[in-house]
Amino acid sequence: MIEISLIAVPLLFAALAFIWPQERTRPWLLPAAGGAHAAASLWLLVRPPEPVPGAWFGFDPIARAVLPMISLLFLVCSLYGVAYLKIRSERRNRVFVFALLVLLGFLSLAIQAQHLGLLWVAAEAATLMTVPLIHFNGTARAFEASWKYLLVGGTGIALSLLGSFCLGYASLNAGGSGDLTFHALAGQFVNLSGDFARFSHPWLVAAWVLLLVGYGTKMGLAPMHTWKPDVYGEAPGLVGALLAGGTTTMAFVAVLRVKQVMDAAGCGEMTQRTLLAIGLFSMLVAALFLLGTPDFKRMLAYSSVEHMGILAVGVGLGGLGLWAAVFHVWTNSLTKGALFLSAGNIRRAAGTANQNEVSGMMWCAPRSARMFVAGLFAITACPPFGPFFSELLVVRAAFMSDSIFTAVVFLACLLLAFFGLTRLVFAVVDGRPRAAARARAGRFPETAWVILPPLAFLGFSVWIGLATPPLLREAWSAAVKLFLP
Amino acid sequence: MTNALNLFIGLAMGLNLLALASSRLPSVIRAAALQGMVLGILPLLLEHEFQWMVGIVAVGTIAVKGFVIPHLLRRALRAANIDREVKPLIGFVPSLLLGAAATIGAVALSGVLPLRPEQAGSLLVPGSFATVVGGFLMLVGRTKAISQVCGYLILENGIYLFGLLLINSTPLLVEAGILLDLTVGVFVIGIIMDRIQREFDSLDTNKLTTLRE
Repeated sequence: MIEISLIAVPLLFAALAFIWPQERTRPWLLPAAGGAHAAASLWLLVRPPEPVPGAWFGFDPIARAVLPMISLLFLVCSLYGVAYLKIRSERRNRVFVFALLVLLGFLSLAIQAQHLGLLWVAAEAATLMTVPLIHFNGTARAFEASWKYLLVGGTGIALSLLGSFCLGYASLNAGGSGDLTFHALAGQFVNLSGDFARFSHPWLVAAWVLLLVGYGTKMGLAPMHTWKPDVYGEAPGLVGALLAGGTTTMAFVAVLRVKQVMDAAGCGEMTQRTLLAIGLFSMLVAALFLLGTPDFKRMLAYSSVEHMGILAVGVGLGGLGLWAAVFHVWTNSLTKGALFLSAGNIRRAAGTANQNEVSGMMWCAPRSARMFVAGLFAITACPPFGPFFSELLVVRAAFMSDSIFTAVVFLACLLLAFFGLTRLVFAVVDGRPRAAARARAGRFPETAWVILPPLAFLGFSVWIGLATPPLLREAWSAAVKLFLP
Repeated sequence: MTNALNLFIGLAMGLNLLALASSRLPSVIRAAALQGMVLGILPLLLEHEFQWMVGIVAVGTIAVKGFVIPHLLRRALRAANIDREVKPLIGFVPSLLLGAAATIGAVALSGVLPLRPEQAGSLLVPGSFATVVGGFLMLVGRTKAISQVCGYLILENGIYLFGLLLINSTPLLVEAGILLDLTVGVFVIGIIMDRIQREFDSLDTNKLTTLRE
């Protein structure tokens, strides 16, 4: 049972990290667990296990399509983490390492969960485990961010629980026996008629609204995105990378699984319309905020809101759009990894993340600044980086389904976001270095350990886009096939 | 059976309004704790025969919501040396009126959502929605961290109430997991509150305003 090891190995390493006596060597547990996790998920990607009917969790096609990306993201981030925790050796790392590993375990559980209740429990646990990661720096601003995250994220996750209950009740009304695995739920709602349909349909609508709001909060879709800028602005770079690539992916998978049930119940059109609307709205809100924000780490948060919008639009278009969305999960997460890690380096060299106090980073942190600029072009969908190809597919899907309006709004938002991002990135990179940054120069040398991980992410971004491995294409197609009639 | 159930749910809905209307933090905590205990008893009323798992969940709920969490909150209250919510964003009378309107709205809304025959006539759905909205009002309308936590607890209580609709048909493992998550969540909230108190020397979330556009 290799799929259990994806959950058990990180949790075992977390327990080990908690009792590990030495501060100096503890961070090495991160790449050790990350390596084992990546090996297991690569194995499962190549040889997917037979699905067990009725199981509460398993490595099904959806998990196969996204979980290897999370392994890869965690592995590269963990290597950066070793260097980061060495730089920040003045702070204790016991809770940080522990929480990172538990987060990986619960992400793996949530993505593999085939049961409505289990999915919620794992998603909630993953949410709680990110709190100690956010206030690692221990500053007043970090506590403020943690508090807002707890309140907004907690409310979101509570609403998704209410939605899960509504879905469960809908299944009871449809004559179900209380089996809450997604497979059973989808089976119960097929071809309902008469009283069963009349009694379950209002509950299904309520469930979809609440679950979309609840898990949408975790994804960071507007208008439930308010926690994102604060958290991404204050959390360490590698935590931002894991949140933007891992936790949001988990929430996206949750939305997909619920949508699968809704599709079976004949509510597919409603789910697509709502996803399209909320996706375009998120892109618009993010693009407008990108034009104004002065902080380059908060900028990444709005960029993440925009890309979550792209995922929602892709799923809303269905068919090819859904395939493009799964593709975009990979390209966006890996590119965000490069951006967050290089932004972390720049933030450290500059001492602050505010545009008004930072400039000329091309001279203070040349390698990180170059990677940050490359990451900027990657995330704004310039070829040859991955996001270009996945976003192009979304646009193609929009034209194919004759939603010219969607395509136009989509492209307009991308253009606005491009203006916003380039404005801020070049303000930070170009110009003359400030005195404060020059005084700090040399304190944080750009060693290979903090340069190679973001560079690796950029490499993956190009590779996934230009030469998508056939194995991944096949895995994504298998996941999308679940949604086709 | 339904009568006793509705009596308790009505009590919980009344406690909502009590929490919304009172300015003294100890009475808000007391209302939330009492509500949690009332809800803890409900699973026992719903079961026709005693099951040990239901008993454990009930005892766990009463212990956590009625004693552990209120104790933590009162300790935070003493440490921060505050007693009342001075300047709420939504005043006490307006929030009481909104809470009452939400209660009426919840009753109206639950008319649209069809219940199963054995649960027809129970107040579970309107009670749950009214409690969720009441908790949400406290969460957004108050400025003290402790009131916000109480609001979150009341919101959770509302969801728990809804969960009782499913208690006969879903595995209790799920309920237990939910209870466990809630406990851990409150501990995390407690730790953060403690740190905020130390860092800002206050539990007034109005001071948490550095992060904005």
